[in-house]
Amino acid sequence: MRPRAAPLMLVGLLAGAGPAAAAERLITALSDHRVLITSNYTGVQLMLFGSVERDAASPLRKGPYDIVATVTGPHETLRARRKSRVLGIWVNTRGRTFVDVPSYLAVLATGPLDVITNAETRRRLQVGLTDTPLPELIHNDIGTVASDPFRGELIRLMRERGLYSEEPHAVTLLTPTLFRAAIKLPAEVPIGKYQVDVKLFAEGNLLARADSTFDIVKVGFEQFVVNAAQQHGLLYGIATALMALMTGWIASVAFRRD
Amino acid sequence: MQIFLPIADIPVNVFVVFTMGLAVGFISGMFGVGGGFLMTPLLIFIGVQPAVAVASVTTHVAASSFSGTIAYWRRNAIDITLALTLLAGGVVGSIGGVALFTWLRALDQLDLVIGLSYVTLLSIVGALMVGESARAIVRTHFGGPAILRRPGSHPWVLGLPLKLRFKRSKIYASAIPVLGIGFIIGFLGAIMGIGGGFLLVPMLIYLLRVPTATVIGTSMVLTFLTMVSATILHAATNHLVDAVLALILMIGGVIGAQFGAHAGQRIRGEWLRLMLGLLVLAVGLRFAFDLVLRPEDLYSIRIIGGTP
Repeated sequence: MRPRAAPLMLVGLLAGAGPAAAAERLITALSDHRVLITSNYTGVQLMLFGSVERDAASPLRKGPYDIVATVTGPHETLRARRKSRVLGIWVNTRGRTFVDVPSYLAVLATGPLDVITNAETRRRLQVGLTDTPLPELIHNDIGTVASDPFRGELIRLMRERGLYSEEPHAVTLLTPTLFRAAIKLPAEVPIGKYQVDVKLFAEGNLLARADSTFDIVKVGFEQFVVNAAQQHGLLYGIATALMALMTGWIASVAFRRD
Repeated sequence: MQIFLPIADIPVNVFVVFTMGLAVGFISGMFGVGGGFLMTPLLIFIGVQPAVAVASVTTHVAASSFSGTIAYWRRNAIDITLALTLLAGGVVGSIGGVALFTWLRALDQLDLVIGLSYVTLLSIVGALMVGESARAIVRTHFGGPAILRRPGSHPWVLGLPLKLRFKRSKIYASAIPVLGIGFIIGFLGAIMGIGGGFLLVPMLIYLLRVPTATVIGTSMVLTFLTMVSATILHAATNHLVDAVLALILMIGGVIGAQFGAHAGQRIRGEWLRLMLGLLVLAVGLRFAFDLVLRPEDLYSIRIIGGTP
């Protein structure tokens, strides 16, 4: 499907109340809440719009506002594997299972994360790819090991496929209080529910956040095929085999030479 | 034109996949083989996961071998007793192959075993075919002595108990080697996504002494029946058969096969065997390189499951 990115098509508005002390409010909207995967789907862009609402009580800020938007896809269990040489051939020898990790993770910001806020805040708020917990299964224990090479490689592979990304300049401030960002969803994105968490920072402090969601769904024929294959495997197999017989038979009739 | 494959979960260009079907169909029509051993590697090459490629190619081969079966049936060139005995072994082989396939996937070693099987099988079969056909060409061109087979020299395996009479092929042999050959073909077919025609035909000729009149037709029937059962088993256990992918491939395949069959009739048998042997050998070597050369990326990821 083509991105329906007309800025005026704000299909929903969600307001999030910030921490009580701060007087700014954050209002965000997505250009679409349902992304349909059809037979000619090759990826799509969603637009995120937002506005910082100030009122009389809002203190005067010295610097500009900073925005960090985190888009998280449905969680899944992944296995990262490493090949090494055994008897002259390359074999998967070691691996690590990551439990309940995002299948899609995009961190979009108005600037580099280490400029927006300090390391301690990033860790506490789990902002950015390096501070997102990716729990691994180690000897029946589940924990996050920041130094594990498999974790780094998982992030790298997911980034190469466009499923994980961290873009420090993807959020554009149109005016000092109005912003916009493009959420890129490549062709490989898994279907399911996506969370969009937008955080407003100023001078390194979190002022407000706003949550929103959208769904990626397969529709029509694709959905039918996937459902059939996964829930009625045997029937699907028989139907596929019959399809093969029909094709073979039609060919033999069409090309009959005697 | 891009189309999104629902099970393989990737967008592909319809014309690229269709052309692959056409090309492999041409080769399979020309040499009288199913073409699975070429199609599976090609699909892996364009980015389809090996497991989905293997499972979907079984469906593609089922279609092309069915149209072949009908053609041989009309010519009465099928030994149905022989085909059904081979099938009995083939179904057991398919079940074993699909079970091993599922188990290897869980161990992260499926891609390795698919690669290794291709290297071993294709290099050996390719080398044997090249050797045999080269000798035949030398013989016809330089007039060397033809190798005569002594009449009545039967391999000992045919003398085992459980004798059966295969009327159409005019042989009287034990069912045990027949079941065994069926088992091997079914087993390899399920793991490698190949019909096994290029293995079965020489086995039937050299081990069972099946006459040339019925060998191709019988091999076609067996390929067709094992591939149908492998399709159903793969769909029911691993949910990996992409019907959309298989349909595009089989439409290209059956059309290509018609042109290939025409072209094949104009070339002498031993040259045809030499070309097929070189092709088989080349595919085997391609897989060998992949296993031996240091991969560009040592790391890879596999999705185990979603969490609702």
